[in-house]
Amino acid sequence: MSEPGTAHLRDDTLLSVEHLVVEFPAGRGRKVHAVSDLSIDIRKGETLGLVGESGCGKSTTGRAIMQLPSPTSGSVSYDGTEVTKLSRADLRRLRPKMQMIFQDPISSLNPRRKVGDIVAEPLQIWGIGTPEERVAKVREVLDACGLDPDVAMGKYPHEFSGGQCQRICVARALVLDPAVIICDEPVSALDVSVQAQILNLLEEMKERYGLTLVFIAHDLAVVKNVSDRVAVMYLGKLCETGTPDDVYGSPAHPYTAALLASIPKPEVRSGSEESAPLSGELPSPIDPPSGCRFRTRCPYAQDICAQVEPEVRDVGNGHFVACHFPLVRRPNEPATATF
Amino acid sequence: MNQPSPTLQTSTSKTGLAALGLQPVPGAPLLELDDLRTYFEIGAGTVHAVDGVSLKVDRAMTLGVVGESGSGKTVLSRSAMGLLRSGNLRQSGQVRYQGHDLIAMADKTRRRLWGTEMAMVFQDPMTSLNPVMKIGRQITESLRYHLGMSKSEAREAALVGLKSVGIPAPEQRIDEYPHQLSGGMRQRVTIAVALACGPKLLFADEPTTALDVTVQAQILDLLDHQRRERNMGMILVTHDLGVVAGRADVVAVMYAGQVVEIAPTAELFGNVRMPYTEALLRAIPKLDEASHTKLNVISGRPPDLIKPPKGCRFAPRCPYAQSKCRNEPPPLVESSTPGHAYRCWFPVGSDQGSTQLPAPVVREPAPDPAPDGAPKIQPTPPPKAPERRITAVERSENAPENPNE
Repeated sequence: MSEPGTAHLRDDTLLSVEHLVVEFPAGRGRKVHAVSDLSIDIRKGETLGLVGESGCGKSTTGRAIMQLPSPTSGSVSYDGTEVTKLSRADLRRLRPKMQMIFQDPISSLNPRRKVGDIVAEPLQIWGIGTPEERVAKVREVLDACGLDPDVAMGKYPHEFSGGQCQRICVARALVLDPAVIICDEPVSALDVSVQAQILNLLEEMKERYGLTLVFIAHDLAVVKNVSDRVAVMYLGKLCETGTPDDVYGSPAHPYTAALLASIPKPEVRSGSEESAPLSGELPSPIDPPSGCRFRTRCPYAQDICAQVEPEVRDVGNGHFVACHFPLVRRPNEPATATF
Repeated sequence: MNQPSPTLQTSTSKTGLAALGLQPVPGAPLLELDDLRTYFEIGAGTVHAVDGVSLKVDRAMTLGVVGESGSGKTVLSRSAMGLLRSGNLRQSGQVRYQGHDLIAMADKTRRRLWGTEMAMVFQDPMTSLNPVMKIGRQITESLRYHLGMSKSEAREAALVGLKSVGIPAPEQRIDEYPHQLSGGMRQRVTIAVALACGPKLLFADEPTTALDVTVQAQILDLLDHQRRERNMGMILVTHDLGVVAGRADVVAVMYAGQVVEIAPTAELFGNVRMPYTEALLRAIPKLDEASHTKLNVISGRPPDLIKPPKGCRFAPRCPYAQSKCRNEPPPLVESSTPGHAYRCWFPVGSDQGSTQLPAPVVREPAPDPAPDGAPKIQPTPPPKAPERRITAVERSENAPENPNE
């Protein structure tokens, strides 16, 4: 049995995840293999887009980076510090540097507290500044997030729309001046018109505060818009990583190609009846397929795919794929194969 | 999924309209909404959820209804089918099914049409299936009630139905419970339930929103296939412009309870007239755009449907809005292309729009319907070619200024 390897990892990264494994007990001695031997890294100032369908382990990866909960095995290193080995107290001291934004903005805000208190709480917990300085900082981040501090601070979350609540969540994440923000499906619960506002806001905040972002989403177009580097996951494994132009322009993994072909595009389709490029659904992560996990749905699968797990290989220009038969290596195949 | 669906055996008793002693009115479309208004009386006032919608659906055609949450698209499909029953409901206008008004019909009468003449597929298959009932029984229930089938006839028909929606091993699945199926399989079951009695009209209310993108494509294919096979009319309600673009013959865009633009699909996407439709299309990140392309936002948020703006309902958020827009509600007018109608005084890309509109209009700070604390509205410049955001790296090269310090 081979393993995916770490050929795609780079030097000079801010956050580096190696051989990450997250398993959950599923009763009767069985395990949910949520994330299996995933390696990925992020440079300072970069946005890494983690994309995949539900159940592929992208959120679990984000949480494992935050040690919420700690991974079963593997390493997460932040700025040279091995996070998984830290004591509780040291880990706690590191937490202000890494913040999270969640999918449902309304349920991630305490409905019984005023917005000013919600955003100020991290500062209070850490005893940062005098009360006046805290108020000034809260006003600054609220203002940066496009909310009028004079009005917003005295209100409760239910008085705001979903988009505005997400702005409050972004403000709360920013108040401790973090280095890394993990955004777990931050726009999935929002309408398209509001989604665009939040995506633009995240980009502005990234520039203004020099942030490094891990952006987890299932919407490929959204991920392309915000990312400097994209990682596609399937059933707990990394399929492909590279720049958005490479991954979207010439997908090397059959799964990426199928995902891209599945997206309904806002333009009129020409005649052809069936468009679903993939049949079947995600296999159970309790008993994942041997070898390449995508082989059960892959139109190109061969015997070797069931026996040997594909190793991550370079297909040029920092574009890596874990596949025995990558699409960009085939001269006779169109790069964006539709099957 | 591709094999032709065997036709369901219907017993000899009359069903649907025929059972009510009604004949389809000759020449009448399958479904016609005529100035449909659905209001809800709540403590704070009257919610104008659907406010004067007229639409037409014929057999074998798909009408796409798109809109953001709160635009009234779901209330529209439910009131068209007559599923809304509550004390605070106020309805006017007509919903004519093959020429017969459903709103005027007694509930008991209308119920005879559900399943046999029209049916609905809902968004979340887990909540629309009964978790403690085997899926077989959920399909046979309507077959026995509406078509008077015997138990064994109904079971046979249910197996045929499950097979036609692409459920593998239907003989085994028919005795399973919904939790034993995956999300995509569950949605196939709800489609089998909806299609069991052979309806002529299918409402699909966000049928793929709860599903993954690869499964979504499968379910949309299935719905399309069944529509063609059965010569059904379909109303596909969704928030995703991409879904209707590929599947609908005609698309109606809803905003604040009204249809603001309707056109054959190719015409709509090729010749947008209503600024809201244009803004919506521009707000979606596109796969063929470079990363970090700045998205065009629609500032503000949809109006309060208790007190909708008195002029055009989109005016408070519209980059082209003039004083006329804020004061006079625009009617739904036909464009020169047949079947294309829009609700705008200064339609995008038309002579009428461009000559009357003093070019680049920078929006004055309009009265914002959102309460205080809303995002501060930046004046939106008229849409232009997408501009690229400056990345952090480029930024640090050009301007070392950091406002945080």
